[in-house]
Amino acid sequence: MRYLPLTDTAREEIKKIIGIEDVQDLFKSIPRDKSFFSLESIPAALSEPELIADFRSLGRKNSVGEYLSFLGAGACTHFIPEVVSYLSAKGEFLTPYTPYQPEISQGSLQAIFEYQTMMSMLTGLAVANASLYDGGTAAAEAVLLAVRKSGRQRVLLAESLHPEYAAIIRAYVQNLPIELVTVHADKNDGRIDSGDLQAKLNGETAALVFQSPNFLGLVEDSAGLAAAVHQHKTYAVQVVTEAMSLAYLRPAADFAVDIVVGEAQSFGLTLGFGGPYLGFITASEEFLRQMPGRIVGQTKDLDGKRGYVLTLSTREQHIKREKATSNICSNEAWCALRAGMYLATMGKEGLARAAADSHLNAAYFVRKTDGLAHVRVVYKKNFYNEVLLEIKKGTADDFLAALKKNKVLAGVSLGWFTPTVTDRVLLAFSETHSREDIDRLFRLIGEYA
Amino acid sequence: MNKLPPLIFEKSRDGKIGHGLGASQVPAEPALDADLRRTEIADFPQVSEVEIVRHYMALARLNYSLDAGIYPLGSCTMKYNPKINEKLAAAEEFQAHPYAPHDLVQGNLELMARLEQWLVALTGLAGFTLAPAAGAHGEFTGMLIIRKFLQEQGDARRVVLIPDSAHGTNPSSAHFAGYEIREVPSNADGIIDVNVLQSFLDGQVAALMMTNPNTLGIFEKNITAIASALHANGSLLYMDGANLNALLGIVRPGDLGVDVMHINLHKTFSTPHGGGGPGSGPVGVASHLLPFLPVPRVVKSGDKYRVIYDNPQSIGRIKNFYGQFLVLIRALAYLSSLGRENIRRVAEDAVLNANYLRKRLQPLLDLPYAADTLHEVVFSDKNLPVKTLDIAKRLLDYGVHPFTIYFPLIVHGAMMIEPTETESKETLDEFIAIMEKILQEAREHPEQLLQAPQQTPVRRLDETLAARKPVLRWRKGENL
Repeated sequence: MRYLPLTDTAREEIKKIIGIEDVQDLFKSIPRDKSFFSLESIPAALSEPELIADFRSLGRKNSVGEYLSFLGAGACTHFIPEVVSYLSAKGEFLTPYTPYQPEISQGSLQAIFEYQTMMSMLTGLAVANASLYDGGTAAAEAVLLAVRKSGRQRVLLAESLHPEYAAIIRAYVQNLPIELVTVHADKNDGRIDSGDLQAKLNGETAALVFQSPNFLGLVEDSAGLAAAVHQHKTYAVQVVTEAMSLAYLRPAADFAVDIVVGEAQSFGLTLGFGGPYLGFITASEEFLRQMPGRIVGQTKDLDGKRGYVLTLSTREQHIKREKATSNICSNEAWCALRAGMYLATMGKEGLARAAADSHLNAAYFVRKTDGLAHVRVVYKKNFYNEVLLEIKKGTADDFLAALKKNKVLAGVSLGWFTPTVTDRVLLAFSETHSREDIDRLFRLIGEYA
Repeated sequence: MNKLPPLIFEKSRDGKIGHGLGASQVPAEPALDADLRRTEIADFPQVSEVEIVRHYMALARLNYSLDAGIYPLGSCTMKYNPKINEKLAAAEEFQAHPYAPHDLVQGNLELMARLEQWLVALTGLAGFTLAPAAGAHGEFTGMLIIRKFLQEQGDARRVVLIPDSAHGTNPSSAHFAGYEIREVPSNADGIIDVNVLQSFLDGQVAALMMTNPNTLGIFEKNITAIASALHANGSLLYMDGANLNALLGIVRPGDLGVDVMHINLHKTFSTPHGGGGPGSGPVGVASHLLPFLPVPRVVKSGDKYRVIYDNPQSIGRIKNFYGQFLVLIRALAYLSSLGRENIRRVAEDAVLNANYLRKRLQPLLDLPYAADTLHEVVFSDKNLPVKTLDIAKRLLDYGVHPFTIYFPLIVHGAMMIEPTETESKETLDEFIAIMEKILQEAREHPEQLLQAPQQTPVRRLDETLAARKPVLRWRKGENL
C-alpha cells in the first residue's frame, strides 16, 4: 500500500530489534477478547484508478452544477482568482502543523498576520484573531466574549439574526447561566424594532447581537443601535454573514460597534457544501486579552530581526485549561491564509469592485421586478446583495420548483428555517452574475403564473 | 538562507492590479444611501499578480511541512496527506451550495452517509455526527450530549473527571458545557487506576473524559473495568479519540464500554492540517445516545438520502450547515484507499515505528514510563546537560521538525514522539542519527545548543516581547 512505506523486511528488522515475535505482541495491553475484531464488514481497498472512478460516480449523483444559482443566506459564490487556488494548494501551506515552532513557520505566521491586518482594515476594529470555525460558532464565541468582559449574563439576540446562528448560540450556552432575549424586528422595515430594543435593554445586559446586513439582507442602523446600547454600557456585537459587504459598507468602527464577527467564506473559499469556511472575529482594543483563539503577533528574534509568533497564548486552553477564554485549538488557519491571498490578489480596487457589483446586481434586479404580478420585493430599501421576495401566487416551494424546472435555483425558501413561513424566498446576487443571468431570472419569474 | 519578504502592504503601489474581474454590466445605480457606503479601504494592498505569486512563494519557502519531512509531533498524528484526496476534494461536482435542494446533491449526502458507516465499523459505536469542526469542537459536542442525556434522565450532574495527562482542550470543553472539572491522577504506570477512580465517583460525576491510548502513548488497560465502575455510578465514559491511530482495526472503543467519543479526521484519517486547521471532529455515540446527536442528520430512506433538521431530544445545532464537508471527502477517500486489507496495518506500522524509536532512543534519554508503548513514546530531559527546548531548537538546524515538547505536563521536560506509520525505517534511522548527534553535542558543547537554531530564517523569537507589547497588525510606518 503506497501510504505505508515499511517493507516486510523493515518490519522484520524492527520486530527483531524491539524483541517481539509477532506484531500482535505490541497490543498486549488491549483486552485480548475485544481486540482483532473481524474486518469483514469493511469495504475492500480501492486502487487509485478505482478511487477516482468511485468518486466520479458519486459526483455524478450531484446535478446542482447545471443550475444558475441565486442561493445565499450565509454562503455565496464569488469569483476566485486562479492564483488563490494555485498558491493555497501548495504543500508548504497545506501540510504544516500549527506554527508552534515559529523559526520554521514564518510563512504561515506572516500570512496570517497579513490576514489579521486586512480583516482589521475592513471592520476598522483594532484586533483580529487568526480564525474561528465558521460564522455561527464565531457568533457564539462573541457572545461568550461579551459576557466575560462585561461580567453580565443577559444577551439580546436580534430576531433578524440568521436562524442557524441563533441556534448555534443557543446550543453553545445551553448549560451556562446566560439568558438570551430576542429583540423583534419591525414588520414594515425588516430591521430591529428600536422600541423593543429600548424596552429590553437594561443595566444587566452584556450585549446586543445583531446581524448587518441582516438575515433578510438589510443593512441595520449600526450607529443608532450602538448608541442605544452604549447608554447601558452594553456591547454592540455585529454579525456579518456576507463578508463581501465589509468592502462596500462603511466600517463598523465608524459607528462605534464593539465587536464584528462572522463568516468570511466569500473571501476566496469555495462553496464546498458548507465547509470548511472561515469564522472571523475583530474587536476593539479593550477585548484584546479576552479574545478567543489564536492570534499572531510581531516580535524580534535574537538578532533583532522582525518575525512573527503565536502570542497572548496565556488565554488559551493548552496553558489555562478550564480557565481558557475558549476551548478552540485547531482552527481554520488554511482558510484564513487563503482569504488573505484572496484579499491581497483582489486588492483595494478589485475587492471594492466585486463588493459594489454584488450590490448593483441586486439593485438592478429589484428595479426590474416593479410591476410583476405574482411576486413582490418585500423591502426595496436598505438591502446589500440579498433580496427578499414574497410569493403571492402559490407557495415559495411552488415558485422555486417552477424555476428549478428551468435550471434556476431562485433563492432559499425561508421555510427551510421556519416551516410555517411558506411565502418568502431570499435571493443572493454577486459579481459572478452577468446581466444576462439576472435577465433570465427575471424572465422566468415573469413566466411563473 | 531564505529571508522574510516585506509585508504585502509594504509591496503595495498605487495603481497596481492583481485581479482580472470584468466591468460591471448593470447600471451603476446603488440602492443604498451614500452615507452608508465606504469611500475606500484605506491602505489595502495594491499588488500585481506576478508579485502576489512571488510573495506567497517566498512565504512558502519559510515553512516546514509534512511534504518536506518527518513531523514527529506526539498526539498530533502528522501522517502523510495523500495528494489524490486533494484533487477529489477540489472537484467541481462536490462544490454545492449548502442550501441546494437535496435531490440535486444526492452524491454529497451519500458521501457523508458512507463516511459515517466507515466510522461506525471502525469504532463499534452506533452513529456519528460529522458536524464538529475540530477535535475540541467534538469534545464540546460530546459533553453537551452527555449533559442533555443526563438531564433527560432527571439526573443533571455537575462534575467531569479528567486525568492529569489530558490535553488542555478536555477541561476547557467540559467547562464550556457547564461542568466543574476534577483532575484524576495517573498512577506510576501512567494510567488510571480503577481504585483511584472509584474514590472520585459520587452522585455528581457525569463522565470521565479519557484519552486512549493516553498522551504517554500507553493504552488505558483498565478501560473495561473503568467503564463498568462509571456505569455502575450512573456516569458515562467519554473517550478522546485523538490517538485512535494506534487502534485502527485493532479494537473498537464501543466494545470497551465507551459511550461517546470524538475522532480527528485531520489526525487519524490523513486530512491535511493546513497550518492549524481546518480539522474535523466527528462524534460517535452508543445507541442510547443517538437521539441527542446534533442536527442536521443525513439518513437513507429507500434509495434516497434525506436530511433531518429537527429532533426533539437533540442538543441542537453546533455548526453551520453540514460540517467540514471537503475534509469529509478526503477522509472517505483515505479510508476507501486503505480498505479492509490495510486498515489494521496502519495501526501496526504506527506502533512498530514508535517502538523502534523507543528502543533506539532509550539508551540516550530518560524514559519515565516503562509500560508498553503504542503509537507514541514520551521521554524526559532528566539527567541531560541541556533542556528539551534546546534539543528541539537544534533539530531545526538539522532540518527536522521537533517532537511535541513539554507535554504531557506530568513528565519533566517532556519529548513526545509520534512517528506515524507513514515514515519509512530509513527516515526513522536518519532521525535517530540526528538525535544521537545532538545529544553528543549536548554532552560536549552544551553552550552551543543554547544558540540553536542558527540555520533558520529567523532565530529564537522573543515571545515575551510579543505578549507584552502586542503588535497584531501592520500600520503604515509602524512595523519596523
